[in-house]
Amino acid sequence: MAAVTETLDTVQSVTQSGYKWGFETTIEMDFAPKGLNEDIIRLISARKEEPEWMLEWRLKAYAAWLKMDEPHWARVDHPPIDYQDLHYYAAPKKKAGPKSLDEVDPELLKMYEKLGIPLKERALLAGVDPDSVENTQVAVDAVFDSVSVATTFQATLRKAGVIFCPISEAVREYPDLVKQYLGTVVPVADNFFAALNSAVFTDGSFCYIPKGVRCPMELSTYFRINARNTGQFERTLIIAEAGSHVSYLEGCTAPQRDENQLHAAVVELVAMDDAQIKYSTVQNWYPGDANGTGGIYNFVTKRGACRGARSKISWTQVETGSAITWKYPSCVLLGEDSVGEFYSVAVTNNHQQADTGTKMIHIGKGSRSTIISKGISAGKSNNTYRGLVKMLPSASNARNFTQCDSLLIGDQCGAHTVPYIESRNPTAKVEHEATTSKIADDQLFYCRQRGLSEEDAVGLIVNGFCKDVLKELPMEFAVEAQKLLAVSLEGSVG
Amino acid sequence: MTTGAIAFLERYQSLIGRLPGDSALRAAAAAAFRTAGLPGGTQQRRIEAWKYTSLRPVAETAFKPDAAPRHEAETILTGLPLLDAPRLVFVDGAFRPDLSVMPTAGFARFAEQPDFGTLSWPDREPMVALNTMLAEDGAALHVPAGYDAGVVQLISIAASDADFHPRHVIRLGKGSQLTLVEVSAGQGTYLLNTVAEFHIADGAHLTHIRLQDEAASAFHISTTYADVEAGATYDSFTLNLGAQLSRTEVHAQLTGAGAIAHLNAAQLLAGSQHADFTSVVGHTAPGCTSRQTVKNVLAGRSRGVFQGRIEVARDAQKTDGYQMNQALLLSPYAEVDSKPELEIFADDVKCSHGATVGELDAEQMFYLRSRGIPDAEARSILVRAFLAEALDAVADDTIRFRLEAAVERWWERQKA
Repeated sequence: MAAVTETLDTVQSVTQSGYKWGFETTIEMDFAPKGLNEDIIRLISARKEEPEWMLEWRLKAYAAWLKMDEPHWARVDHPPIDYQDLHYYAAPKKKAGPKSLDEVDPELLKMYEKLGIPLKERALLAGVDPDSVENTQVAVDAVFDSVSVATTFQATLRKAGVIFCPISEAVREYPDLVKQYLGTVVPVADNFFAALNSAVFTDGSFCYIPKGVRCPMELSTYFRINARNTGQFERTLIIAEAGSHVSYLEGCTAPQRDENQLHAAVVELVAMDDAQIKYSTVQNWYPGDANGTGGIYNFVTKRGACRGARSKISWTQVETGSAITWKYPSCVLLGEDSVGEFYSVAVTNNHQQADTGTKMIHIGKGSRSTIISKGISAGKSNNTYRGLVKMLPSASNARNFTQCDSLLIGDQCGAHTVPYIESRNPTAKVEHEATTSKIADDQLFYCRQRGLSEEDAVGLIVNGFCKDVLKELPMEFAVEAQKLLAVSLEGSVG
Repeated sequence: MTTGAIAFLERYQSLIGRLPGDSALRAAAAAAFRTAGLPGGTQQRRIEAWKYTSLRPVAETAFKPDAAPRHEAETILTGLPLLDAPRLVFVDGAFRPDLSVMPTAGFARFAEQPDFGTLSWPDREPMVALNTMLAEDGAALHVPAGYDAGVVQLISIAASDADFHPRHVIRLGKGSQLTLVEVSAGQGTYLLNTVAEFHIADGAHLTHIRLQDEAASAFHISTTYADVEAGATYDSFTLNLGAQLSRTEVHAQLTGAGAIAHLNAAQLLAGSQHADFTSVVGHTAPGCTSRQTVKNVLAGRSRGVFQGRIEVARDAQKTDGYQMNQALLLSPYAEVDSKPELEIFADDVKCSHGATVGELDAEQMFYLRSRGIPDAEARSILVRAFLAEALDAVADDTIRFRLEAAVERWWERQKA
């Protein structure tokens, strides 16, 4: 019964508070003027104290972006975005660089405390004093708007030889590594939003796991979007050298507000021989209110390259937030016997729109991929799975299995599946299955007659529906994700 | 705009006033075609519906509409696996009463009583626009309510290197029945660009069998619209064997409660053939059923395309939709592209699709080989077994045997 009570509590707390994480901290911001042009890019680059090559790289991306059109193939509707009406740079006013959490602006810490449930949960799970964050086994590179202000666990990671730092720092400290890998998985002109990101990205994480190292802790970054009208352009680059292993967690919440916010992140992963990268995301940015006002526009390019033999990249995502999600975490399976995985739960409610899926490009012999996608639509929302499985002539004995299931709650929503399957190698095997259904009346009846409220019953059934994906999440996230599912579907039945 | 598309437009200009039927409709279609051009014929615009098929080869071919036939239509006709049933024969796009056997259902020629129907979308489909612009002949069939019209064969024979744009409209009255067997064949480098529409009224049953065995250098484009009303059935099977490039596009709308659509197909390709089977099933009324099994067998450097979309509208509760798409790659140079789509706006539905791509099962091959069956024969047995599932959907034995024989001949051709 404990679980039931917990679910009840969650639903109750949510019903009372609406979007629980919808607060806004008031810290002095340092804005660049609105709009985008070469001068703004020069300003960003200068603020970040970047070397000349980085500026040139940005300008090249900007030039490419100017020639590109915003894509319209996704099943999403939104008013045109005025790219000149956004701030491309916002940084909290810095006091001389904080070295530890103690030195961080208390306002920020308070915000983290409000958001900090996962941290504390982890602390509790690890059996340590919840206030002593230092002891938890999770390294946090917190991103507050655009500048990283608190970085922990650097010492432990250093000892293992792992580099985990804000990407702007990496550009300065490890230019050779950044130069070697940045933009090699997602080229600057890959797509409209990636080009925009390449031109104006302000921060994000850089992670380098040396040969044979198993990262001693799970790496985590909390992305926040905080200032009004600032697009957030994160850039993440993770490099796993031969035989290394890393698990990276990304969680997102954003303050409640009415104006739409643009978010266009780029994540690049590189896995060499026998390396493994596990990238988990729980995304619950503000989805807009029940009438579809406000909410985040989330246009993300995430791609991993399995460059080495037997390398493995695994994407797990739980997408419950954002007004619009446009996101296709993909794997380029170059290495022989490399493995790509995509586990996704996407929940849309009210007027949310999600167009998400993956691309598995099989190039290497014996490469394998698994796609499990669970889409849940409620309210007046639209939820689309869009994916590509491509077997190139070189991909002998490659294998793909795809399962896309959609669940509809209510008769005003939409669930769509758009898989593309392209094979040019007879020894490659592709299997694809998709189903669409609703919560069966007998399932509901069964739960209801055992005393569960309708909402709890739906939460339970939905969690069961998503089980295959949720079990792939690191435990701390799994707990939060289950709560999130219930929260996101609140008000969708009855 | 490509030279190919310009040639079609110029022909239309020269024929204005001499073409039968609604000239305003043709003018609108010409305007649409002028804007769209031949899909894939120009580089600047990519159309999602034509993602995997480019009509550039069509754009680059100079068709000769006025040239004298180079082949004997009668000889080609004799070689076809015809049934002992009424037949409507079109040679180079024109109706040939002398070769036809009149059906009992009401028949009219498009050339004499032009009927463009009501279901097509020239503004959305460039090839339908082309057909609407240039259509000169076709068949209009009317089956009265409650009448069983039996089997009617609709035969297209191409004997010259030209382009033909037949326009057919078939109407089934309430509770009536018809089995329509469409066969297309020919010799030479030609373009057959057919538009057909079927109105299937309440409780009527249309069985539609197609055998496409065009010349190896031909282009075959066929767009079909079906409106299936309450309790009616549209049961179709398409076998694509010929043409260097073919596109079979079907739009079936289930507009009455309890309507049923079966869109089954098999494509056998070799050499550098390209065949595209594209279907859209629209469930707009509650309680309708759609079933689809599409199989591709791809040898040589061929390319098979399947695009299938099931659309379920808000009101179409209790929809039952199923789609299966399988491809067998027999050669390291063959390619398959598959895009099974679900677009669902109703919650009380059961919709699923499955897709598989691969080669012949190694264990099954081993089983047969270990029993002393030679490699080629073992492959042939397994491929035929693979196809059987699709062909089994053809209920009429006589017709299914003809189709199996056509597959057999295709198989023989590959050996030669």
